[in-house]
Amino acid sequence: MSTVDSVITPLISAEQRKQARSVGFTLVVLGIVAAFVLGNRPGDAGFKLIDSYIFVIPAQPFARILALVLIALGAAQLLKGFGKWTNVILSIAAATFVISFLAWAASGGSFSLTGMLQDTVTRSVPIILGAIAGILCERSGIINIAIEGQLLGSAFAGAVAGSLLGPWVGIIAAIAMGVGLSAILAVFSIRYRVDQVIVGFAINFFALGLTSFLAARVLTDHPDYNILSPLRPIALPLLSDIPVIGVVLFTQTLFVYFAYLAVGIATWSLYHTKWGLRTRAIGEYPKAAGTLGVDVIKLRYRNVLIAGAVAGVGGAWWPIGMVGRFDQNITNGRGFIALAAVIFGRWKPLGALSAALVFGLAEAIQLKMSNLDTGIPSEFLLMAPYLVTLVVVAGFVGRSRGPKAAGQPYDAQ
Amino acid sequence: MKIAATFRKITERIARTSSFRITLLAILSAMVVGAFIIILSDIDKLQNGDIIGAIRTVGSAYWALVVGSFGSLRAISATINSATPLILCGVSVAVAFKAGLFNIGATGQMLAGGMAALWVGFSMDGPGIIQVPLAVLAGAVGGAAYGAIPGILKARTGAHEVITTIMLNNMAGFLVLWLLKTNLFQRADRTDPISKLVSAPGHLPRLFGFLSDRPDLVAHAGFVVAILAVIVYWWFLNRSTTGFEFRAFGMNADAAQYAGMHTKRLTVMAMMFAGAFAGLAGSAEVLGTYGYASQNFAGNIGFDAIAIALLGRSTPLGTLLAALLFGALQAGGRQMQANTDVPIDLIVVLRALIVMFIAAPLLIKAIWRIKVAPTSLGQTFRGWGS
Amino acid sequence: MHLELRGITKRFPGVIANDNVNLTLKTGEVLCLIGENGAGKSTLMNVLYGMYKAEEGQILLDGSPVVFTSPADAIAAGIGMVHQHFMLVPVFTVAENVVLGVEPTGRLGSLNIDKAREMVREVSDRYNLNLDPDAIIEDLPVGVQQRVEIVKVLLRDAKVVVFDEPTAVLTPKEIIEFFEIVKTLIAAGRGVVFITHKLKEALSVADRIAVLRRGQVVGEVDPKNTTESKIAEMMVGRPVQLVVDKKPHAPGEVVLDVKDLSVVDADGRTMVDSVSFSVRAGEVVGIAGVQGNGQTELVDALTGLRHSARGNVALDGMDITDASPRERHAQGIAHVPEDRQRQGLVGGLSVAENLVLTRYHDDEFSNGIVMDWPAAHRVAESLISEYDIRTPSADIEASTLSGGNQQKVIVARELSRPLRLSIAAQPTRGVDVGSIEYIHSRIIKERDTGTAVLIVSTELDEVMALSDRLLVMYRGKIVADVDPRVTSAMDVGLYMAGSRPISASNGIAS
Repeated sequence: MSTVDSVITPLISAEQRKQARSVGFTLVVLGIVAAFVLGNRPGDAGFKLIDSYIFVIPAQPFARILALVLIALGAAQLLKGFGKWTNVILSIAAATFVISFLAWAASGGSFSLTGMLQDTVTRSVPIILGAIAGILCERSGIINIAIEGQLLGSAFAGAVAGSLLGPWVGIIAAIAMGVGLSAILAVFSIRYRVDQVIVGFAINFFALGLTSFLAARVLTDHPDYNILSPLRPIALPLLSDIPVIGVVLFTQTLFVYFAYLAVGIATWSLYHTKWGLRTRAIGEYPKAAGTLGVDVIKLRYRNVLIAGAVAGVGGAWWPIGMVGRFDQNITNGRGFIALAAVIFGRWKPLGALSAALVFGLAEAIQLKMSNLDTGIPSEFLLMAPYLVTLVVVAGFVGRSRGPKAAGQPYDAQ
Repeated sequence: MKIAATFRKITERIARTSSFRITLLAILSAMVVGAFIIILSDIDKLQNGDIIGAIRTVGSAYWALVVGSFGSLRAISATINSATPLILCGVSVAVAFKAGLFNIGATGQMLAGGMAALWVGFSMDGPGIIQVPLAVLAGAVGGAAYGAIPGILKARTGAHEVITTIMLNNMAGFLVLWLLKTNLFQRADRTDPISKLVSAPGHLPRLFGFLSDRPDLVAHAGFVVAILAVIVYWWFLNRSTTGFEFRAFGMNADAAQYAGMHTKRLTVMAMMFAGAFAGLAGSAEVLGTYGYASQNFAGNIGFDAIAIALLGRSTPLGTLLAALLFGALQAGGRQMQANTDVPIDLIVVLRALIVMFIAAPLLIKAIWRIKVAPTSLGQTFRGWGS
Repeated sequence: MHLELRGITKRFPGVIANDNVNLTLKTGEVLCLIGENGAGKSTLMNVLYGMYKAEEGQILLDGSPVVFTSPADAIAAGIGMVHQHFMLVPVFTVAENVVLGVEPTGRLGSLNIDKAREMVREVSDRYNLNLDPDAIIEDLPVGVQQRVEIVKVLLRDAKVVVFDEPTAVLTPKEIIEFFEIVKTLIAAGRGVVFITHKLKEALSVADRIAVLRRGQVVGEVDPKNTTESKIAEMMVGRPVQLVVDKKPHAPGEVVLDVKDLSVVDADGRTMVDSVSFSVRAGEVVGIAGVQGNGQTELVDALTGLRHSARGNVALDGMDITDASPRERHAQGIAHVPEDRQRQGLVGGLSVAENLVLTRYHDDEFSNGIVMDWPAAHRVAESLISEYDIRTPSADIEASTLSGGNQQKVIVARELSRPLRLSIAAQPTRGVDVGSIEYIHSRIIKERDTGTAVLIVSTELDEVMALSDRLLVMYRGKIVADVDPRVTSAMDVGLYMAGSRPISASNGIAS
């Protein structure tokens, strides 16, 4: 084998070859779906951006062109591979596929794209905040499976305290609950060295059981403990006047603005402060930090409690930011979707934000679809966010590497 | 004679282990915290300053638990029926744990198995001796198929089963809801999501059928299936070659690979086995307890099963005992809700507390001032990537 | 500064790691702590560094007792430690690792990374250590990583620097550079303690040598008045044979033939680059090289644990390039892995179960579905007595055995059947001197029965003593194929570092 060969065709490992092939197949399959399913509805679809402007896409031709492009891309991937452009191509393909899907669903009518995007941002809030809580914990080396329980518990606390004493007290109560549940996670996993996944699960059962119990025992007899007016969206001056984006991003409740802040602060702190350096150190190699005098245990406690507070705000979003009440199991798995967002976002706040927006979009689409007549049974639409998560975790994530020391109790001795 | 001797040996071994003591104290601690929760949530009585009344509620609630689980033949029958799916799902989670996998998907696998068993149940009309085993088996197959999905995903893409199984649980729930509205499954004269009835010969026989004057004793042969499953699990784990592979792989995946084991195949097999056991739980519920399927007939059993496997440390005997305990709590809980106005959700709280206390032997030691060997439930988590 | 350890006793459950140890350290001298694995050297230094708390005894600094409750206290008192496994966060940069714990900050706790870079450059230049503050640790070679650890220690103004097994992962050239750095530190008025089990180094560099055995100081010697074998005898408590007894070898036909083998890792880096060599029956071929030059990946490819990207591997003429580990095992290849706890054993299973870990599927133990445990037990018992594995029973968990006995389990399992090829990677890593002798003799015995043996080791002495032919790997390529009897360790060291000896008469890169 001459050296000339090795220069021209770089060697790739067997794993990379397999991954490249599945990406190629996925593209081809998407193309076929586009051709036969999305391309069978004539008619124009109106994407309403603002009242005066509707962006029209002819559903059928769009779908057919998309199908050809996808199959071509898929073939190219199978034959040659896109190397480092693969993820970009895949994302663009997925995005265009979604647009074609929307066109198919809305063909013959129109729907408010702006409204859907606004919904996306709103609905992604608990996932963003849950994900930030997850990132804070995992980066410090503590696995937090209990995000679901924290969101649920805080939702309950927020609902009851909010009904009795007003939305602001409700938010504080929710934060307190989040911190309290975090404290359980911290104490059991740090001090008593319990397996973090087990504690996380126990907290989830506990929160589910306790909130359902209290909802059944107390709230059914006292409905006045469970009704409040959620916070109204606030239009930010100037910014909300920008067409489309102004409505989508800057005419939202305080929860949304808090979520932006949280992402921003988390990103800056993790990478540009002393606290961030030490946090990342104890998540990757706590022994190294320990040998340099960093108090690993105290920092872990602190971060887990802060994470609890963030999750608390996330939980408060349900009663105080959205529906004005608490129902049993109101979170229904969003905490686990937040966990998936953490992994998808590679433990970075901005990455988790993009994942959360994807899931928010899935929910927003599902809501819109139930208004449009698509012929898809409602159950399948309701499945959408979960299916998307599944696909994302299986396809995009695979073997990702989190903070190396996550899950292992710190042994000073 | 031999059975009595084995039974005695088993009970001796249980009583001797410090983990038995911890379990007992954990349950006790959980009941104490539960008592506080009952008292503190009794808003009406507390508002009237009726502390004694609130405490008395605790007494009646816990007494109802005991009576409702073991206090009569009917209670025992109810406990048996509650425990049956818990035993099977507990084994499902346990066998996955032994192979190093976290099966949270027992709920979805049970739904899949239940629907499969249901289909055989209403599509055939006897003879019972063929139909019943066939339907039960269909449940196992359905569960195994649904369990294979996260197994294959993990083997081929590395997707962590914690997330995939939870997503699949939710998806299974929606799928079942949809199926129950289709012509194939939906009962002819109903518009709500409820299935056709399993034909008479297809039902699992009642254990107390010989007592003709007690039609209220609903315990069914699903319990026998469950006990057999535990025995099979024991034999599989300790006597079979693949069971050895599961154990080695579960403890050290790198060494398993070095030893030439087909780790990807083992991952898929473990999830399929786990799914099969959970599927059997579906068969038991559909063919025994209900005779049809309605939305959410699996409830939240997946999470209970995890608690059971953890309590039982994934051993065959431990899992069986833990499942019986949880079954008793469930049967008793229904009685408790009927007698007092304490909602059955308290049981979920008690279970969570028991798990937390069991998982922290050091905490129990601190509370009860006993000497405890630092046996823990071990580390189940191996990192998000593989 | 005068540092004294007085009567230090440190106990762990079941073992006394340090037993009434008395030791003094002074600035301006090099003290060497020598002893075999498990003698208590690292534990003692960890007590000094505040990581462990001794049950009895005192630490005295310039005559007055001090108490260190954490490394922060020790650092403040002027003690710096460079651990055997570097305490560096692999994904951080040099500057981030160096300032961790003493970070320069700005407003709101923000990290002043420019100041950090400056701080690193200043110390690095002062001691001629040549570090780039923005380099990422996991991309740096081990010798450079060690220099980062040294900068860490000097930045905190350490007066006494403790090195734990500093030369374990260095090439001979880097070792020489390291000792130059030690001289610079001494000249700058610091004191140096270094812990090692390598006799030659202790003799060449130390001003004083303290020998530990089983947690006790058994003597202090002056390197000028002592020999390697005397120290070895103090370390073990009996005379030790340092040279391996070896009959001249009579190689037979080619058993293993590797042609143009290339292995690529998951990130696309070529770890093994078109490697070709062969091993004959009755011959020991050694592969020397610093850790991280592709040896691990090469062994993985030869044993079937990793796919090769290109090339062929043949056993007795039969192509096994794509064979699974089990198939290779069946063809008569044995593999003693380099990481026994990660690969070679399942700690939670019993000793007996581990002894059949690679053979459980054979007809003698399994009919495909059911395991014949009584048969497995019988085989296990006989192996335990034949290989002198010290264990109270065959049913206890393998993780409770000592390192040496665990290695014996693996060696017993792999070498107790007819073999064509035996591959051993780092066979004596972390093993006590007594067991090392045993394992070396078993390897030679294998060779003498006609098996082809391939040894991969980063311990140059070991691989030179055992091999009949010596290959050197550097950056994934084989850069030398020499006869160890007529090549000097210095020359081999140069190959390991990627250079060529001036007289390249007996080294021909293939």
